[in-house]
Amino acid sequence: MIIDILSAIFLLIGVVLGIVGAIGIHRFPDFYTRLHAAGITDTLSALMILFGLALQAGWGIAAFKLALIFVFLFFTSPTASHALANAAQHSGLKPKLEQK
Amino acid sequence: MRYFSFVVLLILFWISLSGHFEPLLLGLGAVSIALTAYLSHRMNVIDHESYPLHLSSKFPSYYFYLFGEILKANIDVIKRIISPGETPISPQMIEIPQSQKTDLGAVIYANSITLTPGTVTIKLSKESLTVHALSKEAATDLATGAMSNEITNRVFKE
Repeated sequence: MIIDILSAIFLLIGVVLGIVGAIGIHRFPDFYTRLHAAGITDTLSALMILFGLALQAGWGIAAFKLALIFVFLFFTSPTASHALANAAQHSGLKPKLEQK
Repeated sequence: MRYFSFVVLLILFWISLSGHFEPLLLGLGAVSIALTAYLSHRMNVIDHESYPLHLSSKFPSYYFYLFGEILKANIDVIKRIISPGETPISPQMIEIPQSQKTDLGAVIYANSITLTPGTVTIKLSKESLTVHALSKEAATDLATGAMSNEITNRVFKE
């Protein structure tokens, strides 16, 4: 029962953070800043959802697999973000910077 | 030694992913592991860089620190996203010195910067990193080089 509530709380936080990330992608002005908003969905939101699911799964292979998903996400998502940002810069996309 | 631990890791990985102990599946696992080990040997990809066994005891401490940083950065970016009216951002493009001695350190550094929301590594070279930061504060924090120092102290210090 307590575990169910905890897991629901974590899942809820994760979902809300995912939505916040999506809102950020719409509110921020250009490609590079939007990448930062997507970073929230990549890190904290994913962690919260996976943790909530792991609480439901209990100790066992399923929880271990969820932890592995997180580890892989942890190493691959920055690589993907970097590839995107690097490709954007290579093709000459100028970031909107703060007006001095 | 490196190969031994690599194979042990693969065995653990296979068993934990499959969860079955029938002879057929264990046999398939053994074949897959043998093939993987042989191919990685042939491709020569198991070295101190791709498989930093000697540092594995030091990573937890760094990742603990990194997790705290990610949490702080997340909260900061979330605040900027949900603040009403014009989003309070001041995008910056900065170049910071790359002070890691090894390639592995440089990659950990660049990855950590990208992993923390609010900063993304755009270019990485031997001498410097080009970083896009969402706000002036994030850029200033990064320019102090604190994160690079943490990597040096927590991961590469003997």
